[in-house]
Amino acid sequence: MNADSAPLGTNRLYASFTAASQTLTRWGKRTVHDVGAGLLIALVIEIAVFWILSPNFFTFRNMTDGIGRGMVVIGLMAIGETIVIISGGFDLSVGSVSAAGAITAAALSNAGVPFLVAILGALALGLAIGTFNGAVTGYGRINPLITTLGTLSIVRGFAHLLTGGREQIIDDRFYLDMGINTTLGLPNIVWVLLACFAVLGFIIPRYRFGRYMYAIGSNDRASRLAGVRVNRWRLVFFGVSGMMAGLAGVVTSFRLGTAAPNFNFGSELAVITAVILGGASLQGGRGRLLGTFFGLVFIQILRNGLVLLSIRSFWQQIAIGSSLIAAVLYDESRRSKLSRG
Amino acid sequence: MNEMKVPAPAGGGGQTASRPAAAETPAGGEVLRVEGVRKRYGGVVALAGVTCGFPRNTITAVVGDNGAGKSTLLRIIAGAEHPDGGTIEVNGASVRFRSPDDARSAGIETVYQDLALADNLNATENLFMGREQTRGRSLLTFMRHRSMRRDATRIIRGLDVRIPSVRIPVEGLSGGQRQGVAIARAVNWGSEVILMDEPTAALGVAETAKVEEIVSGLRERGMTMIVVSHNLDQVFRLADRIAVMRRGELVDVLDASATDGQHVVSLITGLSATAAATEERA
Repeated sequence: MNADSAPLGTNRLYASFTAASQTLTRWGKRTVHDVGAGLLIALVIEIAVFWILSPNFFTFRNMTDGIGRGMVVIGLMAIGETIVIISGGFDLSVGSVSAAGAITAAALSNAGVPFLVAILGALALGLAIGTFNGAVTGYGRINPLITTLGTLSIVRGFAHLLTGGREQIIDDRFYLDMGINTTLGLPNIVWVLLACFAVLGFIIPRYRFGRYMYAIGSNDRASRLAGVRVNRWRLVFFGVSGMMAGLAGVVTSFRLGTAAPNFNFGSELAVITAVILGGASLQGGRGRLLGTFFGLVFIQILRNGLVLLSIRSFWQQIAIGSSLIAAVLYDESRRSKLSRG
Repeated sequence: MNEMKVPAPAGGGGQTASRPAAAETPAGGEVLRVEGVRKRYGGVVALAGVTCGFPRNTITAVVGDNGAGKSTLLRIIAGAEHPDGGTIEVNGASVRFRSPDDARSAGIETVYQDLALADNLNATENLFMGREQTRGRSLLTFMRHRSMRRDATRIIRGLDVRIPSVRIPVEGLSGGQRQGVAIARAVNWGSEVILMDEPTAALGVAETAKVEEIVSGLRERGMTMIVVSHNLDQVFRLADRIAVMRRGELVDVLDASATDGQHVVSLITGLSATAAATEERA
């Protein structure tokens, strides 16, 4: 750069501007690469449509509450699900585990245990059920779909049995406060979700945890032959998923101040749709946490927008189910194009 | 941490010219020896007591018809199968392999027929799979990306494997390039002995030549290789010694420079050369 020919200030400003724009371009490119152009375009169209159709859509309140608060529970489960799916597994039990986590935390809390310990109890239960899923799939060599379909039913059954099917009101005000209060303009539970994304986003590229997640999902036999303790890692992946589901249950309690055995019934659909929309492959080995985040945003905007337009809630189910199939179709067509090209 | 051990090129450099003939190799020069190894699957005898030594710094081709026991022998040496009887010695010491891990820590690495690479991972990630370089400990054990990438590039270049980048997923590589990565991994793990099951079965002519070049290059670096191959031309191009198997037995170990294809075929099929010649005349 020639400092004599132009005023120094302009030059410096120009230089920092170029540097900033280059960084932004690089980030942008990486985001498009990680998330996939298809989903981002769909997201833009979706936002445009709801913006035009509903005056309440693009308001600060709807962004933080309707969309932000609304996506936390699904999002926490989707983080765990992403890990399991990339590692070549599948976890249908997340909704049930979240209910089990919620009633565990509620029972502990109402028995006088400090809330932090009660929450850790819910996480521990989720971890235990998840680890069980991992053990049955890994050591027992049972298809993860079957395993977790089983635990989906077992855990939900126990949840109803142990509570007598009744909703429990949580006495500790901390729960409702967590659900209602905001920090720096964002609801606390949204911070919880963002923190979880950040922590796993930090871990996955830096730790062997992340490397083996992709390696095992890509080729579990090759991983085993290379000396990776595949079955032990499966315990970890499913365990993390269970733990995230347990946390999702606690957050459901934050929002309602209660815990019920029917919490998040049928939520697997939205969770799995978010993950698949985000580009994770059902064959394993492929997917990004950032993709899941955008898939999650897409699903939540869809649910939120349909509510704002007062469309009957059954249409939500239809819309989410359709996006799931569309996402898989899109993924398949792109893959076959890749392998042909 | 996971330090890399790339075997230094053997000193002297002139081994190729003065390769020891199979028959004259003293027992002390054997890096690997199987002694009376037996294996049966139900009623089928896969190996009926095979005894064979593998001298250091040689390529031994194992040939034989389907079901002759070649792959079983290879799998036993690789630790993937357990023999019913017999012993395996590495550098004169008796060993027992309960898993491929055991064989690997004894310095025996296998390049599998289907390569056993993780398609979604790149060459670096595959090269270091299961042996990532890390820094820090316990909860703060981070992977050393830059160092692994640098080493991977060096190892792959050193083997003269040409791939566009160590950073693209190996599913985007050709068969020969993938085979190169698989071999580089075996070399990276500091093995003395590399087992290869049909290393070029799925490759085209040019790629086969490239892989053969790499394998020959490994011998220059002092490694010992055992190669199962159906391709007799390749066997003669590559091997110093040819171990012929038939019906679970080791029929003979031939010096590759002192035999010909006809003789090998006659041993494989079990028809003696003279008998075959007689038949021809009749």
